[in-house]
Amino acid sequence: MENVFNIQNLEFLFKGLVLSLIIALATCVISVILGTFLAITRNYGDKISRKLAAFYVEVFRNSPLLLWMLAAVFVLPSFFPLPSFISNDYASAFWGTIGFSLYTSSVMAEIIRGGLNSVPKGQFEAAYSQGFSSFFTLFYIILPQAFRKAIPSMLSQVVTTVKDTSFLAGLQIAELTYQSKILLAQLKSFEEILAMLALVATIYFVICFFLSVLVRYYEKKTAYAF
Amino acid sequence: MLRDFLAPFIDEQSTNPFAVSKFVSTLEHAEYFLSGFAYTLSVSFLALAIALIFGTIGGVMATSKSKILRAYTRIYVEIFQNTPLVIQIFFLYFALPPLGIHLDVFLVGVLGVGAYHGAYVSEVVRSGIQSVPKGQFEAASSQGFTYVQQMRYIIVPQTIKIILPPLTNQMVNLIKNTSVLLIVAGGELMYQADIYAGDSLNYAPAYIIAAILYFIICYPLAYFAKFYEDRLKKAHLAR
Repeated sequence: MENVFNIQNLEFLFKGLVLSLIIALATCVISVILGTFLAITRNYGDKISRKLAAFYVEVFRNSPLLLWMLAAVFVLPSFFPLPSFISNDYASAFWGTIGFSLYTSSVMAEIIRGGLNSVPKGQFEAAYSQGFSSFFTLFYIILPQAFRKAIPSMLSQVVTTVKDTSFLAGLQIAELTYQSKILLAQLKSFEEILAMLALVATIYFVICFFLSVLVRYYEKKTAYAF
Repeated sequence: MLRDFLAPFIDEQSTNPFAVSKFVSTLEHAEYFLSGFAYTLSVSFLALAIALIFGTIGGVMATSKSKILRAYTRIYVEIFQNTPLVIQIFFLYFALPPLGIHLDVFLVGVLGVGAYHGAYVSEVVRSGIQSVPKGQFEAASSQGFTYVQQMRYIIVPQTIKIILPPLTNQMVNLIKNTSVLLIVAGGELMYQADIYAGDSLNYAPAYIIAAILYFIICYPLAYFAKFYEDRLKKAHLAR
């Protein structure tokens, strides 16, 4: 057993874990920003931009994540240069993250739109009557309430995002799942394979379970707040 | 035929990833995509059956009075929901052969995806049953219904209506998630599209066609879920 969990292997996995977490974090940040933009456009935009935002969301939501990751890695580099702060070793990780963010934004957009729709209409009217412009109404009055309602669902989406980084293993990107796949392919005995799988599953479980406990805590806390 | 028809637009030397010639030659290899599509549909169908069976049993157990049954489903749901599907597929793919159990990739997909979504369906069923007011149970037992009869005639018919939209959303997710079989070289749509793209370098057309094929199964389901949910909301408001 000790030769499975030697220093090299653990270090190898740890590098994968760090990359997974960076990708998950970047994806969450990008997708919340893009998702908010899409949700606002789909709800309050003019006719054409509404249609465009709806089209984007429906297309991305109804096709697999892996497809967008692959498409981003293989198609986008022929249109855009790699930003200079990314080294070439991480090129496909970078493009994969872009595809991942594009997909996750569509899910976030629907979650945030749910939050926006739950804000009573009177809030708009009250804000207008106080002389707020539409932009300030949205920014100071509607969005903060929408986010407060949407945070539990957004956090569950963060759990899903952490889990979904494992899809990048299909693109030979050296995140946790891919690293574990390399180690698994070298192992022969059942005990070693099981120990390795258990370790990786536990790492994911600890992160995701912690987040989902947070979701439940937050849901309970805000259940009667409105 | 398609090639002759589109001849004026075809520029074989084009380096644009979206060149018409690339789309034409991709469409000429439609058999890759169709076989993958059929594979995806059959994996999804069987996995859905497993997910529904696991989910219904799990959901009913989660609402039972026995603490052990509730704890058991809680553990199932938490473990399956908080670890990635890919790791679960790896378990079936790497850990079973040394034990002498050799599943082919199709079965790995059906069992892996089925059990994973079974956990989600179980939560859907649980919340559906819990959303039926408690008085319904009490009224039913006061009329002499046994537990099974209560479930069969009173609770389940009400539950189905409530859980249909989230269940349909789970179906969409299940179909999309069969694409992870790519990682263990299953023959489903995403794998076939990727193989074709890698061989021919027609990446963009291959992914666009795959996206269209996924979209035409997933969008009607998602649309139905949304439509039905809106109708339920209105019915609820009108009451």
